[in-house]
Formats: sequence, structure tokens, C-alpha cells
Amino acid sequence: MAKVKLPRKSTAIDMTAMCDVAFLLLTFFMLTSNFTQKEPVIVATPSSISEIKIPERNIMTVLVDRSGKVFFGIDGQDKRIELLQKMGEAYSIQFSDQELKEFSVINRFGVPIQQMKAFLALESEERDLQENAIGIPSDSTDNQFKNWVRFSRIVNPQIRIAIKADQATAYPIIKNVMNTMQDLNENRYNLITSLEQDPEKLTF
Amino acid sequence: MAEVSQESQGKKGKKKGAKKVSTRIDFTPMVDLGFLLITFFMLTTTMIKPQTMEIAMPSKEKVADEEQTKVKSSRAVTIILGKDNKVFYYEGTRENDIDPKVEVTDFSAKGIREFLIRKNYDVMVKVEELKKEKAVKEMAEEEFQKRKNELMGDKKAPIVIIKATNEASYKNLIDVLDEMAICNIGRYAIVDITEYDLELIGPFSI
Repeated sequence: MAKVKLPRKSTAIDMTAMCDVAFLLLTFFMLTSNFTQKEPVIVATPSSISEIKIPERNIMTVLVDRSGKVFFGIDGQDKRIELLQKMGEAYSIQFSDQELKEFSVINRFGVPIQQMKAFLALESEERDLQENAIGIPSDSTDNQFKNWVRFSRIVNPQIRIAIKADQATAYPIIKNVMNTMQDLNENRYNLITSLEQDPEKLTF
Repeated sequence: MAEVSQESQGKKGKKKGAKKVSTRIDFTPMVDLGFLLITFFMLTTTMIKPQTMEIAMPSKEKVADEEQTKVKSSRAVTIILGKDNKVFYYEGTRENDIDPKVEVTDFSAKGIREFLIRKNYDVMVKVEELKKEKAVKEMAEEEFQKRKNELMGDKKAPIVIIKATNEASYKNLIDVLDEMAICNIGRYAIVDITEYDLELIGPFSI
């Protein structure tokens, strides 16, 4: 059998082009990205057809998980510091500069104000642990949540309220949260939902 | 380009002096690195911003009785969110000691939506026409919203009162608010449930 002679070709490919593409994509993702924010609990939001996007600034997020624990967070590091100072005054707890600085980088928290000092002393990994997701007291006996909302409004008058709750949360819990806000004359909220297809083809 | 051709090498034979080092660099590791970073950014970014639904609750301040808007019985539709994703609805209010007829349904397209569309048929048709007009005339979004709101504020359109029992979930609430948007209901309110309503749906819960 005659051997077919194949010309030897180099297997080396010029990677330059591929490199260009990779870095182009990288640049794109770096410029368009805003990081996923870490949340203390996983919340499955219900879906709706609403297509209004949430504003990026001046937002206060109230996170409610399915068991009814309430978490809270506002944006803006300087605003956070101011907020904690005000809360500290109200509950006569003095926070050190170090603690204020720690607090300013926390996105969402869910601890009673009495435990805030201990919470801030933790390492950031420890803060995410399940046992530290206690929830802010929001019942009528000790409604700290109400004060958080009230002081957030003072600290940032333009703030908007976004409620992000789990779809399995019982209605009384949501009602309690909304009632608390209504007590403070906060009557407009954004309910965070995930997108669902609008049923355009309606049969009449 | 990273590859520099070195044709001059072969022609004049070997030159004395410094050895020519190839300027070719292997780009494979750099590509690896590039893609690794891309993967990282792709996984940590949120491309889609979460959607929100705007809702305004009534203020708690006491309104004088005369100022309070009384819902006309013929326009009133009450929706009660029960447990296990059940929805109860009735039209009107209690009149002349006759209880309104309560119906039970669910959140499917054939459920509460069909009822609401039937109740709000006139507005639905008008909004549908407006949508077509918008597509043809390239109407501005603002104008479209303005005209849509005008249509939805129709004097004969139903006013929906949403009441949730303690067994209802947050998803039910969002679903029903969603139905309001789908069915172009202009006026609706979330109200606390009363004893009377619980009595009305009582027979269904067994």
C-alpha cells in the first residue's frame, strides 16, 4: 500500500486573535457589571408582569424571608454611618469609629440593635452565617424596624422603599411590615418581583 | 502583530554575533487568563435588574366621613385571598339583608382574570384600541400612559377591593396586583379583612 504523504503542518495556532476577543469581552463585562449583592437569606421573589426597573440610588431595601424575619439595608456609605449614629442615640448605644466604618460596608443586616456591637465585631464571613440572620424585631412590643425606617427617611429624604419578600411569606407578616410603614406615613413602596411574560394574547 | 516574520534569516546564511531570539510569544496562557476573568465577571454580575411593582397604600390619617369616597355598590368588586391559592370574589355589597353571591376560583388565566376582564370589558377594549393606535402612529410612551390612565379612570369601571385572609401568601397578593395590571383596573385598594367577609367565605373553607 502506498502511503499517502501528508505534508506536516504545525499545530500551533496564532492565539493573538483569540486573546483580543477574550479581552474585549472582559472589558465589556467589567464595564457593564454591577456586582450581585450578598444577601443574608435567599429570597425567591414572586413574578409579575411589571417592567419598571428599580432605581439604583436612594433606595432602602426591606428583605422579608419566608419565616418572617426582617432584614434591612440602605445605600450610600456615609448615609449608613449617619443612620447607625442616629439609631445608637435612640437606643443609647455608643458606636466607635471602627464600628461605624464596619457598618458602612454592610449591605443588609438583620440583628437587633442590642446585638449590633457583637455583630460588627465579627469577621465578614461569620456575619453571613445562618445563626446571625436573626431578623430585626418588628412586632409592636419592640419595633426597631420602625425606627430604622424613620431614621433612614431623616438621613436621606429622597429615599424610596423597596420591599423584597419571599413568595411563600404569609400575608400577616407583610401586613405588619406595611402597617409599620403606614404608621410613619410611608405610603409608596416598590415591591420587587421577577419578570413574567405579559399575557398579551388575551381571548375576549 | 505579535508574530514578527523573520525572512532575512535564511537568505544570507548564518550571521555572526548575537543569536536571534524568536519574538513569538505563546498567547495561550493569556487567553486562559482572559477567559477565566470573563467567567468570573459573568458569574458575579447581575445583568437584569430586578423588576418592581409600584404600589401606593392609603394614608392612615383619619379622613372625615363626608370626604371619604363611598364605593358605589354597583361598581364594587371584592376579591378575597384565601388559603391554598384560592380566590373568592363577589360583586356589590350586602343590601336589603341579602348577602352577595360569593364565587370561588383560582389564579389561572381562566379564573379570576376571566371574571375581571368580563367586568372591565369596555375599558379593556378601549385600551386595546389605544395600543393599536400607538403601534400605528408611533405614539410617545408618555402620551400613551396618560391616555391609558384616562381610560382606566372611567366612571363605570369596577372598583376592586382586595382583602387577604391570614392564610394567604405574599405571592397571592402579588398575583392579584398583577391581575389588576393585566385587566387594566384603574382603581383598587388593599383593605383589611372584616368578620363579615370571613363569614361569607366560611362555607367554602370546609
